[in-house]
Amino acid sequence: MFKAFLIKYGEIGIKGKNRHLFEDALVRQIKYALKPVEGEFQISKEQGRIYIEALSEFDYDEVLEHLQHVFGIVGICPVVLTEDEGFDKLAEDVVSYLDKRYPDKHLTFKVNTRRARKSYPMPSMEVNAALGERILDAFADMKVDVHNPDILINVEIRGKINIYSEIIPGPGGMPVGTNGKGMLLLSGGIDSPVAGYMIAKRGVKIDAVYFHAPPYTSERAKQKVVDLAKIVAKYTGPIYLKVVNFTDIQMYIYEKCPHDELTIIMRRYMMRIAEYFARETESLGLITGESIGQVASQTMQSLASTDEVCTMPVYRPLIGFDKQEIIELSKRIGTFETSILPYEDCCTIFVAKHPVTKPSLKVIRRSETHLKEQIDEMMKTAIETAETIIVK
Amino acid sequence: MEAYFDNSATTSCSEGVKELMVRALVEDYGNPSSLHRKGMEGENYIRDARDKICKTLKAKDSELIFTSGGTESNNLAIIGAAMANKRSGNHLITTRIEHPAVLSPMKFLEEQGFQVTYLAVDRDGIISLEELAAAVTENTILVSIMYVNNEIGAVEPIAEAAQIIKNKNPRALLHVDAIQAYGKYVIHPGKLGIDLMSVSGHKIHGPKGSGFLYVKEKTKLKPILFGGGQQKNMRSGTENVPGIAGLGQAAKEAYEDFAAKQAHLFQLKESFIEGLSGQNWAHVNGNYQNSAPHIVSLSVDGVRSEVLLHALEERQIYVSAGSACASNKPAKSATLAAIGIGRDYLDSTIRISFCPQNTLEEVEYCLASLKELVPFLGKYTRH
Repeated sequence: MFKAFLIKYGEIGIKGKNRHLFEDALVRQIKYALKPVEGEFQISKEQGRIYIEALSEFDYDEVLEHLQHVFGIVGICPVVLTEDEGFDKLAEDVVSYLDKRYPDKHLTFKVNTRRARKSYPMPSMEVNAALGERILDAFADMKVDVHNPDILINVEIRGKINIYSEIIPGPGGMPVGTNGKGMLLLSGGIDSPVAGYMIAKRGVKIDAVYFHAPPYTSERAKQKVVDLAKIVAKYTGPIYLKVVNFTDIQMYIYEKCPHDELTIIMRRYMMRIAEYFARETESLGLITGESIGQVASQTMQSLASTDEVCTMPVYRPLIGFDKQEIIELSKRIGTFETSILPYEDCCTIFVAKHPVTKPSLKVIRRSETHLKEQIDEMMKTAIETAETIIVK
Repeated sequence: MEAYFDNSATTSCSEGVKELMVRALVEDYGNPSSLHRKGMEGENYIRDARDKICKTLKAKDSELIFTSGGTESNNLAIIGAAMANKRSGNHLITTRIEHPAVLSPMKFLEEQGFQVTYLAVDRDGIISLEELAAAVTENTILVSIMYVNNEIGAVEPIAEAAQIIKNKNPRALLHVDAIQAYGKYVIHPGKLGIDLMSVSGHKIHGPKGSGFLYVKEKTKLKPILFGGGQQKNMRSGTENVPGIAGLGQAAKEAYEDFAAKQAHLFQLKESFIEGLSGQNWAHVNGNYQNSAPHIVSLSVDGVRSEVLLHALEERQIYVSAGSACASNKPAKSATLAAIGIGRDYLDSTIRISFCPQNTLEEVEYCLASLKELVPFLGKYTRH
């Protein structure tokens, strides 16, 4: 019965003079999200509203699902748009809307009229009352409840008249592309995809880097990361994924450095490489899925140690989250099932039984000097041989 | 050089199989149930396949049910026999080293109120006939024992087991999972005292999605799939004509020149094991003198199987991990645990499995690679 959706957006409505930039970005993201959906859609901005009108047949559920992946959308209202042809016609439209939308009429309702077009001959309160009467006449089972109605029927009188009674929640946040770009360190685990989601939700475009270590990690482990990136890309748009072969560096560290410091030193080199790619592609920061104390490499001391090698800000949106909270989020965004597939990632293969939990910067720096002979060359090779996969 | 040594996982499809299947798929596509000539053509492929297979088994052509493969054959045998014979008793016997396609239906039947005895095995993976004899009771309706174990190649004493079972309880049925054995041994189930026997097509250079269950005449069995009543009501569903044709052809080819092929497999296995002698990191599991010709289970000191597998893969050598596992999901192999190999080896065992097309050069290549890789990879181990 619906041919149009009214898109409600929150925060971006209050961004002052930049508002049109945010709105344009949201329109762009909606267009991108609807591209794979069958059907033809027209997306228009009008008086602080975004409308999606279907110009052809379309699958209602599919459209909703895709819209629920667009950051910036607070609510999606399936709406009936009618031309203003006098009050009688309006009342007819509202009655027919209710008839189709609510087959069971044992419901309470309230009419909420707003006149954006003040030239409409009746004031809002009068429209409310008159429409309420028509509805009561039409459906004997329906009752008015102005305090806590089952159905809140919104009638907005604009260029066209909008009739809607449902607001389906969107993901909130801000349209991707309105807040720069970040480089996500993506592993095959549960946390990093969620971290990417969280930052993208604030309007940040995401690129990603993955470190693999063949033969210690398999092709399937890499495929798993691509699959995870694909799920995140449903929210963020295309992700440029750098796949870095990390085996030689990892083995070199293993040979030259104390084994209880392996993970920390390894992560420091990952950050260095990630930052290199971030600069190259004009990202403004690094993004990781770390949360304080989750594992040995995520204590305050360890984080300080990995931070030390970065000149860019490192964003850690999960920093205060418990594992369970992260798992719940990952289930909600749809990455959990993929994340728990049992393939090794390169963080788990060389872990020491008792890694340092409070690494001192001085000690770590000194250990790294053991690498000076070959590490620069190895980093260069890793960077040069990295593969780029465009995930969408 | 490429060396595909994962033939117990699946095999390549033979040329003869391919040609026959394409013909059945593209030209003679009729449904065997159709009354017209096209249907008859389809039926002929099945008849032909049945003949070819029965020849290898010395079985009657009424004793075969075509299935979608080993898993379905095992399910049909176990669940079908349990359902058909539940009035005679509710006790089943199997071993601890069966494939999940046997153990899972057993588990399902336990949930339905049946009782299952799981026979232990010795260090070589062989059941104890005394324990079997003690386990069979008046109440036993089915015993399921695999012919060749898929992980270590142990060969179970099927003929002796059959005698013991029939002596103690003539009504108890014997099902044999012969998925790793058919094509490697000459098996005449009627003579061996086997009532039900599962075989899969893609382990013998036939197509995936094909297999059969041998059902000895007069064996009471209930179907587990219901529908159009094909295959005398025992397995409804339009017959997979190309798959069945391919299976028949593969069976025929498997037993052509059989003695030479079997000897070649034994030779590959022996030279592989010989080539490892003196390597103190290598431990061959089970009694390899008496094990199946095509399977070697190798535990390696200090290298995890998945790492070794991928390192071999980089040299185009393809093997299996003895047990699928990963740091965050330890799924240890029941077979390896049952034969009591050390805990450290559960994670570092690979399976090499040959087919007649493999060559001694490939074996040499694999040996050389192992000798190079294992000491190197062993340096970088988890602590």
